[in-house]
Amino acid sequence: MSAILESTTIIESFKTRAEAVSAQVQRVATKELALELIVRLLHQEGVEEKPQSHAVWASCRMIGPVEKKKLEAAVPGIRFDVTRELAADAKVGISQLDWALANTGTLVQTADAVDQRLVSTLPPVHIALVSTAALLPDLPALLTRVDPRKSAYLAFITGPSRTADIERVLTIGVHGPERLIIVLVDDLEVAA
Amino acid sequence: MNKEFKQSIIDALANPNLTGALGNFSVAYRAGRAKAYEGIDFEALRTQIADVKSSASSHFDELAEQFARVAEARGTKVFRTNDPKAVKDYILRLAQERGVKHIVKSKSMATEEIHLNKHLEKAGIDVQETDLGEWIIQLAGQTPSHMVMPAIHMTKEEVADVFSDKVEDGQKPDIPKLVKFARGKLRPMFLNADMGISGANIAVAETGSIVIVTNEGNARLVTTLPKIHVAIVGLEKLIENFKDIAPILTALPKSATAQLLTSYVSIISGPVPNTDGTPKELHIILMDNRRNEMAHDPRFKQALQCIRCASCLNVCPVFRLVGGHVFGKVYTGGIGTILTAWFSALKESDEIQSLCIQCGNCKDVCPGKIDIPDLILELRRRLAVEQGQPMIQKAIFSVVNNRRLFHTMMRAASIGQIPFAKGGFIRHLPMFLSNMTENRSLPAIADVPFRDRIKKIKQPKCTEKAAFYGGCLVDFAYPEMGEAVVKVLNKAGIEVIFPEGQTCCGAPARYSGAYEVAAQNGADNIQALLAEDVKYVVSACPTCTVALKHDFIANLESVGRTGELADARRLSEKVVDFSTLASQLLDQGRLKFKAGIEPTKFTYHDSCHFKRTLHADQTPRKLMKQAGYELVEMEESDMCCGMGGSYTIKMPEISAPILERKLVNIEKAGAPLLLIDCPGCVMQIGGGLDKRGSKIKVEHTVQRLANCLE
Repeated sequence: MSAILESTTIIESFKTRAEAVSAQVQRVATKELALELIVRLLHQEGVEEKPQSHAVWASCRMIGPVEKKKLEAAVPGIRFDVTRELAADAKVGISQLDWALANTGTLVQTADAVDQRLVSTLPPVHIALVSTAALLPDLPALLTRVDPRKSAYLAFITGPSRTADIERVLTIGVHGPERLIIVLVDDLEVAA
Repeated sequence: MNKEFKQSIIDALANPNLTGALGNFSVAYRAGRAKAYEGIDFEALRTQIADVKSSASSHFDELAEQFARVAEARGTKVFRTNDPKAVKDYILRLAQERGVKHIVKSKSMATEEIHLNKHLEKAGIDVQETDLGEWIIQLAGQTPSHMVMPAIHMTKEEVADVFSDKVEDGQKPDIPKLVKFARGKLRPMFLNADMGISGANIAVAETGSIVIVTNEGNARLVTTLPKIHVAIVGLEKLIENFKDIAPILTALPKSATAQLLTSYVSIISGPVPNTDGTPKELHIILMDNRRNEMAHDPRFKQALQCIRCASCLNVCPVFRLVGGHVFGKVYTGGIGTILTAWFSALKESDEIQSLCIQCGNCKDVCPGKIDIPDLILELRRRLAVEQGQPMIQKAIFSVVNNRRLFHTMMRAASIGQIPFAKGGFIRHLPMFLSNMTENRSLPAIADVPFRDRIKKIKQPKCTEKAAFYGGCLVDFAYPEMGEAVVKVLNKAGIEVIFPEGQTCCGAPARYSGAYEVAAQNGADNIQALLAEDVKYVVSACPTCTVALKHDFIANLESVGRTGELADARRLSEKVVDFSTLASQLLDQGRLKFKAGIEPTKFTYHDSCHFKRTLHADQTPRKLMKQAGYELVEMEESDMCCGMGGSYTIKMPEISAPILERKLVNIEKAGAPLLLIDCPGCVMQIGGGLDKRGSKIKVEHTVQRLANCLE
């Protein structure tokens, strides 16, 4: 894995591909910096404690009770108790993804838990955290690491939701998020 | 031809929105697809897909069994049936038992195939399509015109009108606003639905998984929000191993929409929790509807390698003119013609199979490696067997096969002695040699055919012999092309003989589905061409060359005349097209270019059979560049010119605009000379340019090359 971690070309390739499909990509060295960045982003998006202004954060390994408390204090309107109603009303969804594919700019996760899908489908903005070390070159590399027998819902996300169904004109944001912000975090562990 | 069908073609051609949108799209698609496949070995990739899918269709029963076993072990309910009605009943019963009032659907061609929505709506259930294109056509009361882009035939103005009419007044033709509007209107429907229905792009037997590919994100909502998820999966979606989803997922988005990957891929392998914590009820219906029967048909089995990317539509010169609706209500384009013949009825493909001009573009891009044009010919053949050959067609073939009589009649027609174009006669002629179209001038029929002219040519003493196969066009219309072949080969020390027993190459019969006639043509030619011991059998017509080299064998095989196959193969080995032979002779030093040839700009048109069956397209380019000529490529040089043998007569409305586009591209290239390796294309394009008063000179490569050699 260290070889992959060291590889700046694979990171560059991922960034290029993801940006080519209208995702925004940021990279930070540590988990703490990632959380700071997210707080800034949520403030920018106008997340607050009122209808249609919440941020919903699906359960994830990188934050525990202590971080949650801090985040709730920093951003009123942030919610970790994701429900269908909250997600449908929220401005921003946040989740941690398990893998990323460099040659297509794709994020991949085991999304059996429904909150993972609610926060990444219903709100107009999705912030996706992923470990830099979870970057893989391509789909065949991923397929040796995931097993559908252990996961009932594997989800791949490549850029925001899009359509070209009217006159072949590309339009971003149909049923899913219209913006996807990917945050690569260098010191996050990779999914088992 | 049925009047209604003809009218649907004429209406489509007269719709500038349709032809404009599709015409522009086909250009953008070609470039986008090429970019998406950059750095990928497409041949290797599609061979992998074809192998995976072909192996699966050899074991549908076992794979379906395995899929059901694995999926059921995890709590999925799997229903298998051959009967479309049973699928509809199963879903309706399930909906009624669970008190389902509202259903949201993501895109599924399988449900279109069985007209599921109508069935559910009749029972009072609300069914909403959620793919934007599908929603638009559902609101408009139409059917999809394209497998991937169902509403590609509509403009934003039409969409705005449909939205205003059916959903909410006052919608403006502003695409981002229309998309936002759809999001806003469909969102509550997702949240309120009791059942989600999806299709699947792949089903994996090993893991009991279905793979769903979308861009809009609607499939994620359909499979997440309602408590019941029903997926309808055609058997052809089955593959054996999980790892084999990789080549399909690599090719599908690139071929379908020129994307590296779609926005979303969902791999569902069992029920997941609902938002209220209850487990989702997951039903997967494996639908046969004659797919297994197809898998047992030695010719059509390969059609099950289709991954429904619709690239065969996107590159089709006919589809981009007429759109999808003339093909029918469900599956459209080349593969659609084949699927309609199987999933609906053979006779339903009777009219639409005639839309195919046999250019072979689709075969080149098919990620499932399906020989779509060949399967369409096979449909033609089966239709001819089922319905019999029309009397008039039989009469025509007897004329065509008698070369002297044919020439006499052609001569008479060309000087206006018989009203050739009248009645049904002309429609069935193999080609073209009479004066009947408005869009191009036609060549004069030669007073003396090539078969008589060659007798007067004094040939030097040679050590090698080649038999020349003329074909009707060189023999009767362009004998000068034949003379140029003799001139070049003589320079290389090859004597050219013209076996008198040669007859029609059988292409007209084959392309009409009359395989018995075609096989007999082949047998007569084999005998004539093998009578004398020659080193080469050379032709200057790619359609004839393909017939001699490949189709004689195929035709004899298809009618069971196996005894003649050995000779057919012996002939095949000797057959070579003119440019390829010339290139070999130059490489061997038996031909030499003259010194000091004036550098002339030329552009080159790729004839369909020459490029896509003989794969000789680079040879004439190389030859002429070696001679000192300068090549200026035209746009879409390998797009069909609209000739297609008798297509120009059977479908003049479609042939004319195809030619028109070709002529514009030739003129835009700006070269004073156009070279082509096919006399049929020379006739079509030369006639078209002449009618426009163009100064561009059109020649067969052999005519130009003959003057460039020492």
